[in-house]
Amino acid sequence: MSDAALSPARVALVGNPNSGKTALFNALTGSRQKVANYAGVTVERKEGQVTAPSGRTLSVLDLPGTYSLRARSPDEVVTRDAVLGKLSGEQAPDVLVCVADATNLRLVLRLILELKAVGRPMVLALNMYDIAQRQGLRIDLPGLTRDIGCPIVTTVATRKRGIDDLVAQVDGLIAAGAVGGANRWREPQAGEIRDAHREAQRILKAHVRPPERPDTFTGKVDSVLLHPVAGLLILFALLFVMFQAVFSWSKAAGDAMGDGFHALGAFLAATLPPGLLTSFLTDGVISGVGSVIVFLPQILVLFLFIILLEDFGYMARAAFLMDRIMGGAGLHGRAFIPLLSSFACAIPGIMSTRVIDNKRDRLTTILVAPLMTCSARIPVYTLIISAFIPSRQVLGVLNLQGLVMFALYAAGIVSALAVSFVTRRLFWRGAVEPFLMELPAYKTPDPLNVARSLYLRGKIFITRAGTIIFPLMIAVWFLSSFPGAPAGATDPAINYSIAGRLGHLLQPLLAPIGFNWQMTVALIPGFAAREVAVAALGTVYAIGNADASPGALATTLSHHWSIATGLAFLAWYVFAPQCASTIGVVKRETNSWLWPAVMLGYMTGLAYLAALVVYQVAKASGLG
Amino acid sequence: MHDLNRATAKATPLGPNGREAVRLSAARPGHRGTILDVRAGPHAADHGVAAEELHRRLLEFGFVEGAHVEVLHEGAIRRDPIAVKLDDMRVALRRRDAEDIWISLDAE
Repeated sequence: MSDAALSPARVALVGNPNSGKTALFNALTGSRQKVANYAGVTVERKEGQVTAPSGRTLSVLDLPGTYSLRARSPDEVVTRDAVLGKLSGEQAPDVLVCVADATNLRLVLRLILELKAVGRPMVLALNMYDIAQRQGLRIDLPGLTRDIGCPIVTTVATRKRGIDDLVAQVDGLIAAGAVGGANRWREPQAGEIRDAHREAQRILKAHVRPPERPDTFTGKVDSVLLHPVAGLLILFALLFVMFQAVFSWSKAAGDAMGDGFHALGAFLAATLPPGLLTSFLTDGVISGVGSVIVFLPQILVLFLFIILLEDFGYMARAAFLMDRIMGGAGLHGRAFIPLLSSFACAIPGIMSTRVIDNKRDRLTTILVAPLMTCSARIPVYTLIISAFIPSRQVLGVLNLQGLVMFALYAAGIVSALAVSFVTRRLFWRGAVEPFLMELPAYKTPDPLNVARSLYLRGKIFITRAGTIIFPLMIAVWFLSSFPGAPAGATDPAINYSIAGRLGHLLQPLLAPIGFNWQMTVALIPGFAAREVAVAALGTVYAIGNADASPGALATTLSHHWSIATGLAFLAWYVFAPQCASTIGVVKRETNSWLWPAVMLGYMTGLAYLAALVVYQVAKASGLG
Repeated sequence: MHDLNRATAKATPLGPNGREAVRLSAARPGHRGTILDVRAGPHAADHGVAAEELHRRLLEFGFVEGAHVEVLHEGAIRRDPIAVKLDDMRVALRRRDAEDIWISLDAE
C-alpha cells in the first residue's frame, strides 16, 4: 500500500486542566501548529500535524481543558461539541486522546468514563509518568487497560518520552478500522456523577497503589505562599517586579523600535518628494506599523511572567490570595494581572484577560482595563502639568506637580473599581459565579514550552491585533490629511482636513468643558494614540517638533489656555478612550464590535462629565 | 432522585462517631474530616448558577460523600476563600460555595 492511500485522520486531545495537555500537544506536533479561533467564539483553536511512521498524517486538535463534558464555560462548550462531533465547521475526531496527570488520576477517571460513553476510539496518555515513578506511585497498567477498555501509553511530554508510542497506538487504532460504538453520552445528573465517582474510586483502588513518597514540596511551599500575610507580601513583591519589568525593561526595546520607525519615516520624508504618497508612507503606513510593533516588547515581557507563573502553578494561588480583595469591586481574583499590566499599556493587559475563564468576569476586566493610567498618558500629563501646575512644595515635602500626577493615577484606579462595581450591580446583578479552582502541584516550567507559548502570543498579537490596529491608524491619517491645504494657505494643513473640519464642527459641543477649537482638532489625530495628542497640539499651534521639546509648547499652551481649561484637559485624559489600538484589541478579544462600542461610549461619557465638572468648578473658583 | 426535597427535609446529619456534622464553610485550618453529605442547598438561589448546578460542580470536583477533606489555608479577608486538601488534590473555593458540604470532623 502506498503512503498516499492512507487517508489523514483527526485526533482530539482532551483532559483536565494542568494535565500537561498543551506540553503533549507541543511534543506531538512541534512547530507544525496553527492557531485560530473557532467560528463565532473567542476560544482559541490549536491544531497541529504529526506524521505517523506508516505515512499517515494525523491532525491533532488541542481542546480546552475540562473536568466534565457538561460544559460550563465557552471553552468547555467547544470541548464538548468537538468531542461529540457537533461543533459547526469541525469534523468529528476519529480518535480521542485523553491526557491525564499520572499523579492525579481521581478526577480524570470520571472524565474517562464520560468520554467512553461518547463511543469513539480512545487512547489514554498517562502524562508526567516520570513524576509518578519518582513518587513511587505504582500503576497496574494491564489491569487499568482492561478495566477502562482502552489502550494506555505512558508519556513524559516535556522530555518527549512516549510520544512515538502514542502516535503508533493512535495510528494502530485507525489502521485497524476502529469505529467505536454509538454515542450514549448525555448530561449526567447528580446521582450519576456520584456513581461515576464511586466507579472511579473502585478502579483507582484496584490498580493504583498510593505513592510511597508523596509530594510534600507543594504543601511546604503553599504554607508560605498562601499565608494570609507572607503570601500577600510575596505576591505584591512579585507584582512590583513584574510591573517594573513591563514598564522599564521593555521600554528600551520599545523606544528603540519607536525611534527606528521614526528614523525610517524621516529618511523617507527626506528622500521622497513631498506629497501625498510620502505623507501616506511616513505618517500613515510607517507610523501605523510602528504603533503595532512598539507594543511587542511589553507584551512579550508581560507574557513571559504570566506563562512562567502559570506553568509553575502560582497563578491559581495568586487568584486565591486576591479573590476577596478584588471581589469587593466585583472583579475576579485573576483580574489583578491584567489590571496591573494596564498601567504599562492596556493592550497587553486586555490580551492577558485570557487567564479569566468566566466570560462576564473577563468582560468586566476588559472594560475597566483602559482606565488604569497607561504609559502613553504620561507625555500628555507631563505637558499639561508643566504648563499649568506651579512646581512648588506642599506641606514642606511634597511637590505640587507630583501630587497632581499621583491624583491622576489614583483617579484612574478608583474609577476602574467604581465602574466594575457598577457594571456588576447594573448588568450582571447577583450573577456571582462559584469560585472553585484546583491548586495544582508546583512544577518546574519547561523552557522549550515557555518559549513556544511566548512565540505564539507575539505572533497572535502581530497577525491579528495588528490587522485591526493598522487600518484604524490609516483611517486616522486619512482624516487628518484630506483634503490637503489649498495653495497659499497660512494655517497648518490639518485645519483644512476632515479632522480640522470635524474639530470646528464639534467645538460647540466641547465648549462647556472649556476646549477651544485647536484642542478639539488635536483630539482627532490623538485618537491614534494618547501621546500623539502632544504632537497634534504642536501641529495646530504651529510649533514644530513638539515631541522633542515640549517646553516651547507648554509655554504656548499656558498663554492660550486658562488654568480651568488645562485641568479639564487632564480630567478628559483620565477617562477618554483616546487609543485606536485599545479599541482594536477589544474588538479582537471579544470578537464583536459591541464591546468596543460600549467602551467608547462609557469612557467618552465619563471623560466629558469629568472635564465638565472640573472646568465649571475651576471657572467658578476664579481660574477661568 | 429528588435531591432538592431531600436537602430541605433532612436535618443536620450525624457522623459515625455520633457527633453532629459541620458545614465545610464553617471549618477552620487544621480541621479534617469525611464528607457526609453534599446537598443542593435551598439558599443557593443567590448564586449565579442554580442550586442544582452548583451541586453538580461540587460533585464533579470530587466533593462526594466519603471523600476526605482537610482545610489547609484561608484568605486574609474574612478568612475567605479556603484552600482544602480533598483526598489527594488541592482545591480552593469560597466559603459561600462550601455551605452545602457537610463533614464529620475527625477526633482531635
